[in-house]
Amino acid sequence: MRRFVKSALAASALAVLTFGAGEAFAQGKEVVFGWQCDRTGPTALVGTVLCPGYQDYIALVNSKGGVEGYKIRVIEIDHEYKVPPAMEAHERFKKEGAIVEGVYGTPQAGALAKKLEEDKIPGTTPGFGTAMAADGKKYPYVFPVAASYWSQAGAAVEVVKEKLGSLKGKKIAFIFYDNPAGREPLPILEELAKSEGFELRTFAVPAPGVEMGAQVLDITGRFKPDFVIAHLFGRSPSVSIKEFKGKGYPLSKIVSFVWGSAEADIIAAGGMAVAEGYNTMQFAGVGSDFPVLKDIQAMYKAQGKPSPKEMESSVYYNRGVVNAIVHVEALRNAIKAKGGAMPTGEDVKKGMEALKGKDVTLGAGLLPPLEVTPADHEGGGWVQIWTVKGGKLVKTKDWFQGYRSTIQKHIAAEASKS
Amino acid sequence: MFHRESGVFKTTYASDMALYPLPIAKWTVAALALIFVVIVPLGVHEYYLSILNLIFIAIVGALGLNILVGYTGQISIGHGAFMSVGAYTAANLAVRLDLPFWLTLPAGGLMAALIGVVVGMPSLRIKGLYLAIATLAGQLIIEWTINHVPAISGGAQASIEVPRPELFGVVLNTQFRLYFFLLFFAALAIVATLNIVRSRIGRAFVAVRDQDIAAEIIGIDIYRYKLLAFAISSFYAGVCGVLYTYYFGIANYEQFQLNVSIDFLAMIIIGGLGSVLGSIFGAIFVTLLPIVLRILLENVGSLIFSPGELANVISGTRLAVFGGLIIFFLIVEPEGLNRLWRNIRSYFRVWPFSY
Repeated sequence: MRRFVKSALAASALAVLTFGAGEAFAQGKEVVFGWQCDRTGPTALVGTVLCPGYQDYIALVNSKGGVEGYKIRVIEIDHEYKVPPAMEAHERFKKEGAIVEGVYGTPQAGALAKKLEEDKIPGTTPGFGTAMAADGKKYPYVFPVAASYWSQAGAAVEVVKEKLGSLKGKKIAFIFYDNPAGREPLPILEELAKSEGFELRTFAVPAPGVEMGAQVLDITGRFKPDFVIAHLFGRSPSVSIKEFKGKGYPLSKIVSFVWGSAEADIIAAGGMAVAEGYNTMQFAGVGSDFPVLKDIQAMYKAQGKPSPKEMESSVYYNRGVVNAIVHVEALRNAIKAKGGAMPTGEDVKKGMEALKGKDVTLGAGLLPPLEVTPADHEGGGWVQIWTVKGGKLVKTKDWFQGYRSTIQKHIAAEASKS
Repeated sequence: MFHRESGVFKTTYASDMALYPLPIAKWTVAALALIFVVIVPLGVHEYYLSILNLIFIAIVGALGLNILVGYTGQISIGHGAFMSVGAYTAANLAVRLDLPFWLTLPAGGLMAALIGVVVGMPSLRIKGLYLAIATLAGQLIIEWTINHVPAISGGAQASIEVPRPELFGVVLNTQFRLYFFLLFFAALAIVATLNIVRSRIGRAFVAVRDQDIAAEIIGIDIYRYKLLAFAISSFYAGVCGVLYTYYFGIANYEQFQLNVSIDFLAMIIIGGLGSVLGSIFGAIFVTLLPIVLRILLENVGSLIFSPGELANVISGTRLAVFGGLIIFFLIVEPEGLNRLWRNIRSYFRVWPFSY
């Protein structure tokens, strides 16, 4: 019995520690950001690098005195890419008074779209969720902020057109991961194939995407396209690089969407030297040669610590930083609009809708020149092209939008459907 | 549940089968009802209600799976897919025909039951690991079909947004309102399961599980009962999928992939195979423990680490501790949390005069 009492006491002490201690923090002038992440689930490859980028930038802002006098407290919740924990995370953020939320993952973005609107907390979904979420009228509290798969499809065709001169009568292969996100660009590509007069053939890679010898052989041996557009996730981009290389297809004739574009993908395929010419699409700047990143390095140095190793994997790290910049600038706009008063989620939403990438001087080069408006939550769908050259990623095309009018037409058509 | 007679005094079958073994049990149930219907929703922050909501949905799914795996002894790793069948059936009916939830919910369950029977047919000829693989194939086929048939999936994104459920003109759009909605179905599922397992059907399931040849000899039509187990179990899974759909406001097949099937199997194995209470314990354990661990680590870790480092430490530690606890509990009591609970109760049965 004594043992029982002891363990009951220990359990209650633990419970007090668990639920009590959190309330004890001083409030002060503080705002709360909710940040979902996946550091341990199927997309941990991305999350373990992207989320430190977000955290580091917020720490940098706090170390410089916060935003207009407000310190930021980030609550990060790792949902392992599962949907129910993402809902729990959202409710937790709401309880703690979060005024902006970073959503991570496509199914999670779908499941939270309605909830964000009901609770009036703006959520960013860069690189996740549907292209339709760009429509600010239909999804007032969802902010994709970065280029959607539709915009990426438009941009990819634009790149191909630039490289080949004209698209008339050319052959383009589209190799994609066979899931909803993978198939999403198809309507855009099909329409552009018609209007530009190129022949499009699609090649689906079934999950988990680590075996695509047949598809690549089909592309290189039978279809023999003038260009390949790749839209793969997880382990599959590195496999595709190896396969194309192995079949002797020039990697300079491949352009990959944003989730097949990290240093890690190229390194897993055998290193930068192997992938010479591989074109990657980015919605944030690549490399560490940006003032913001220098500041983060300086911050670590001042604390007597080495720079975080995640920084070396700059594609994902920088995306985390860009996401944090977007949150912070939306907050700044919101505080300014309220004359310094504590902003609410609604204010931050309006702040987000007034966000202009070119005004954010400290994000120079890292942040696209996006312009978020109440109607366009995507901010224009800007991307850059970075190509593997001489052992590293080199910028070969600065911020651009591909076939913007076609994409807008599709978004409008989807909006009128329901 | 919390009380115990001092010995076994049952002399009739009726008393052995009674839902309330002791008169005081009625009061326990009434007290539980009072706590969950009045005290918890009025006294607890909405955040905690949202966690309870997730637990309620998980309970429905876990009970269903336990009927099949725990009571009938037929394994299934296709339950995630059955949930998606229910989810998409309900979503299509709700969006295209504008039906209310009290029609889409049983429809989703029935469709899942139908598909479940088809996927369960191999169980008539194979058992154990072989059946596991057959149901795995079912999971993959259903996933593929939903993914590739726009008529079901509603387009390239394979997700259908459903309106919030409505009852008597009240839109169930907050965690507080959804709490009662989900509590009702969780309670219904618990009562239904308790009654199934003490009825002729439930006894037949147990007979099939324990020795199917012997069951056949004593006159149980094992084909019928095996398929019935699949049907009932898939019905629960379908309803669970519909509840997820209404809870999130969207049907999306990525919510119901293979890992979900595994998660639910984990729930009933940790909770205890072949017990109603075990399913509930398992659903609570798997849903709640990661959350509690995270909050605990946040509070302890914030004394040691900076916020940026902490996030990284929490994720890894939580996963390790969660896995460790599963192993710990299964070593302490291989028959799951339900057995552990029963051991505690038996200990107190004669306390303080234990021998």
